[in-house]
Amino acid sequence: MKKLFKSLAIASILGALMSPQALASSSEGYIPAKNYSFSFEGIFGTYDRAQLQRGFLVYKEVCSACHGLKRVRYRNLAEPGGPELTKAQAKAIAKEAEVTDGPNEEGEMFTRPGQLSDAFVSPYPNDEAAKAANGGALPPDLSLITKARSGWHGTLKSLFTYSLFNGSGGPEYVASLLTGYSHEAPNGEEKDGLSYNPYFPALWIAMPAPLSGDDVEYADGTKATVEQQAKDVAAFLTWAAEPKMEERKSLGLIVMLYLAVFSILLYLVKKAIWANVKH
Amino acid sequence: MSGHSNYEFKNPLVNWVDSRLPIVSLIKGQAMDFPTPKNLNYWWTFGGILAIMLVLQLITGIVLVMHYTPTADLAFDSVEHIMRDVNYGWLLRYMHANGASMFFIAVYIHIFRGMYYGSYKEPREVLWMLGVFIFIAMMATAFMGYVLPWGQMSFWGAKVITNLFSAIPFVGDSIVTWLWGGFNVGDPTLNRFFSLHYLLPFVLAALVFLHIWALHVPGNNNPTGVEVKSEADTLPFHPYYTMKDLFAIVVFLMFMAAFVFFAPNFMGHADNYIEANPLSTPPHIVPEWYFLPFYAILRSIPDKLLGVIAMFSSLLILLALPWLDSSRVRSGKYRPIFKQLFWIFVFNCLVLGVVGGQPPEGIWVTIGRISTAYYFLHFIILLPLIGLLESPKPLPASISEDVLAKSGAKSS
Repeated sequence: MKKLFKSLAIASILGALMSPQALASSSEGYIPAKNYSFSFEGIFGTYDRAQLQRGFLVYKEVCSACHGLKRVRYRNLAEPGGPELTKAQAKAIAKEAEVTDGPNEEGEMFTRPGQLSDAFVSPYPNDEAAKAANGGALPPDLSLITKARSGWHGTLKSLFTYSLFNGSGGPEYVASLLTGYSHEAPNGEEKDGLSYNPYFPALWIAMPAPLSGDDVEYADGTKATVEQQAKDVAAFLTWAAEPKMEERKSLGLIVMLYLAVFSILLYLVKKAIWANVKH
Repeated sequence: MSGHSNYEFKNPLVNWVDSRLPIVSLIKGQAMDFPTPKNLNYWWTFGGILAIMLVLQLITGIVLVMHYTPTADLAFDSVEHIMRDVNYGWLLRYMHANGASMFFIAVYIHIFRGMYYGSYKEPREVLWMLGVFIFIAMMATAFMGYVLPWGQMSFWGAKVITNLFSAIPFVGDSIVTWLWGGFNVGDPTLNRFFSLHYLLPFVLAALVFLHIWALHVPGNNNPTGVEVKSEADTLPFHPYYTMKDLFAIVVFLMFMAAFVFFAPNFMGHADNYIEANPLSTPPHIVPEWYFLPFYAILRSIPDKLLGVIAMFSSLLILLALPWLDSSRVRSGKYRPIFKQLFWIFVFNCLVLGVVGGQPPEGIWVTIGRISTAYYFLHFIILLPLIGLLESPKPLPASISEDVLAKSGAKSS
């Protein structure tokens, strides 16, 4: 048994090195994401409702001008495990959106106010329109952004302490990127239509600094610094990408407990059955 | 598999059925009374673990298909629909995705166990070869399954791997077009991969049936490698091994659940949450972790065709293993030199895995080439040679004697 565990331990360490996240892929000057701590990290971690609501405000007031959130529906805002707005609040937010529907009986498309069952309306009708409005660069839809980006790569430490327990650093990447515009480019270099941001793997990003401080006014009185807003919107987008996280973790604890008790019982049964056998 | 049953059952209905279709005696004889060496350790539980993993993958997969749409336009959206709108869809998908990784963890342990204890040797060659076929079918299934979510890694992984066939002289390009069903990876490719991903697990199940059949002819190998001599060496499979395996299965499920519930994307790649885009190549295209050692072998050879040949050879050489190992002693326990070479071989495979995950630059190329060479050296030169050169330790006369010697040493 002891030998078995030893071998398994060695194999798992080497195995972790093989993880695709161990890939180093970056330009010189790239900085891995700042290790912000979030309430949703760890096996007991949950979303901070107030933070999600603040983050939603930042998304709505700032990001949504260019970035869609098409995989989230307005009703999700009022569902458990998320920002948990009231149904009336979610309905009011949906109503502000103009949804293209149809065709009607005359065969015409028409617009109507959004409903709870609608998906978030994207700011541009299609990718081409989005590119045309943004100098050729496509502002990505943010529904999955925290799962589609990783914040750190490389060392064994980052794999075990960060990737295994706290994810691959997507939320940290988003928050770091939003606060990373204060860095100066080396040699004061400038590029037309691009901003220097060392947290962006390619270093030069088409999105100009979206936050400048006090971009929104928080209802709960939290001071809207750039960093605060960045963290809040990163938390909100983490929920948008993984809306079932709280359900997953709470079910996980029950499953683990069940399996643990079951395995102890099975071990005792096995031991009793084998008691009279020399093996 | 015989037509006549040696069993008499008390229940007349059971007897009636059994005399016409001896399925009850088959279960009793093969799954309950089956004589099993009494000294099997926990490494032997991975066979049972693998059977359960196959069943889990089948169940979660069949339910996922009820909600999945296999077209290039909708595949990614339908996976997100499963994650967000289907009741417990997130659980099904995370179980299925992590289940594939767990399946490979278990199969690698199972294969290395067979290698260490010489389970491939006479009279179990066919059993071993069926195992190799199962491994290859698993790899094909997993590869096609990874394409289905239609993320960036799905698309580009499919492109890179299918492109390997273009290395075949003269007809390579035509074969690739035929595989794709077009001039690029696209809708037809996704459709056929989906169809085959659904088909292959059943082929796998059939191969597993043959694998177990081939196991039940000579019976299990065991840690001493000494064949069963008398009934005193064995125990009935039930309840001894059913309970031991069940315990191991539940512990393994806990290991799996830890990933499914608390680190569901650890084994995956962030790029696969970006929808496939044929116009944008990711900076590094890497296959899933379980393919990395073979990917490293592929890239270690500078010539494309030879690289493909080396990669397939690295799998197919396993088929010849029973005849490459010249030692008459089965278990690595009694083979001092082989034992060390075995662990070097395991380490070398892990090194290949690490190399496969790195960009093919600088020192990694050199390490990859040395490791690739060593991989083949182990099979072609070392195994035939040391069997002749090494002097094995004395074997116990029987399993019982070995067990008694051990428990005697423990109590004194």
